Amino acid sequence: MTALSALIRRDIRIALRVGGGALIGVLFFLTVVVLMPFAVGPDLALLSRLGPAILWLGALLASLLTLDRLFMADHEDGSLDLITMSRTPLELACAAKALAHWLAAGLPLIVATPVLGLLLNLDMVATSAVALTLLAGTPALTFTGMIGAGLAVTLHRGGLLMAVLVLPLSIPVLIFGVAASQAAIVGPMTFGAPFSILCALSLVSLVVGPFAAAASLRHGLD
Amino acid sequence: MSGLDQAKMQLSGRGVACVRGGREVFSGLDFHAASGEALSVVGRNGAGKTSLLRLIAGLLVPAGGTIVLDGGDAEMTLPEQCHYLGHRDALKPALSVEENLAFWADFLGGERSDAAASLEAVGLDHATHLPAAFLSAGQRRRLSLARLLTIRRRIWLLDEPTTALDVAGQDMFGGLMREHLARGGMIIAATHAPLGIDSRELRIGGAA
Repeated sequence: MTALSALIRRDIRIALRVGGGALIGVLFFLTVVVLMPFAVGPDLALLSRLGPAILWLGALLASLLTLDRLFMADHEDGSLDLITMSRTPLELACAAKALAHWLAAGLPLIVATPVLGLLLNLDMVATSAVALTLLAGTPALTFTGMIGAGLAVTLHRGGLLMAVLVLPLSIPVLIFGVAASQAAIVGPMTFGAPFSILCALSLVSLVVGPFAAAASLRHGLD
Repeated sequence: MSGLDQAKMQLSGRGVACVRGGREVFSGLDFHAASGEALSVVGRNGAGKTSLLRLIAGLLVPAGGTIVLDGGDAEMTLPEQCHYLGHRDALKPALSVEENLAFWADFLGGERSDAAASLEAVGLDHATHLPAAFLSAGQRRRLSLARLLTIRRRIWLLDEPTTALDVAGQDMFGGLMREHLARGGMIIAATHAPLGIDSRELRIGGAA
């Protein structure tokens, strides 16, 4: 347990320091959402209809932004070798790293959502609905994204490869995340059904992600 | 010091083969090392010195043969009893010297000694709060050595350990290695330069 909490604390500390990924993600999210009204135009009704989708897309891209470095940085400086050799199972170490990434890069996005909702003409209810779906759904983005991050180490390619691999995997999360938000705002569906599926997607990825990423890292040992 | 530390250890490899990228690096390699002994692995570039260390560390899977440790801690695997000091120093530039060391001590666990004393032993006690980004190559190497001292493990796998160290640093490191051997430790080092301690030579890949 000490080992895992040490790993989580270290990763969060690095993310929050100068040059870390936490702030970059939020700034990117902010930029994407701020650009939208300029592209769509000043039609308030249209903006508030598109709002949840824009927030979700922004959060999706922002959370992927720093994810490709999840294992790559440790691989490059040799930390991954020591992590692999240690008593801590690699699956748990992967899960701890993903959790740290979500805490440092995912949570700030959710905190920023109410502010950005104002820019998209979303009212209180709509903004809280989107924030709630992001809270339930972003863990799924991080934990499926970590599979891509593991493959990026194995294949010695980061960046775009990662986006190409991971974005298709995040389609279900996007569908049910936006569907749940829309259901809360305009109906006619109930909020519960898509939201439950969203939670289920997150829970499944919490289990599958660490195993798949660890398998990929083990395969890529060299 | 626990009784286990005094137990005699034997690390032996039988017919070890290594294949990387479809190319056979070496095969049929036999080696043997006991506690209190240093084995220096020599050979030309590309002979597989690093590969051998990574095989022992469990970071590569042998294509053939076996590597067995007798007399170690029965509850731990071989890699868990090894320290691996590779080309890369496993340091995070954003964290301070102290934080880097404390992280590895917490993460790797097991028996440990005082981190401040280890930093003093490697001559970094004046820089504990400095971010690792500002360290020179030699200082980074010294910090990695402090990791070997802080977390007690009996087998040290060292890959070109003296590169980047100045003459005084190499003397200091020689002293640390002698102490480790005197405590019943084992050292397996891949090296071109003389280690500075009495060691047995293991030559791989024919004449250099």
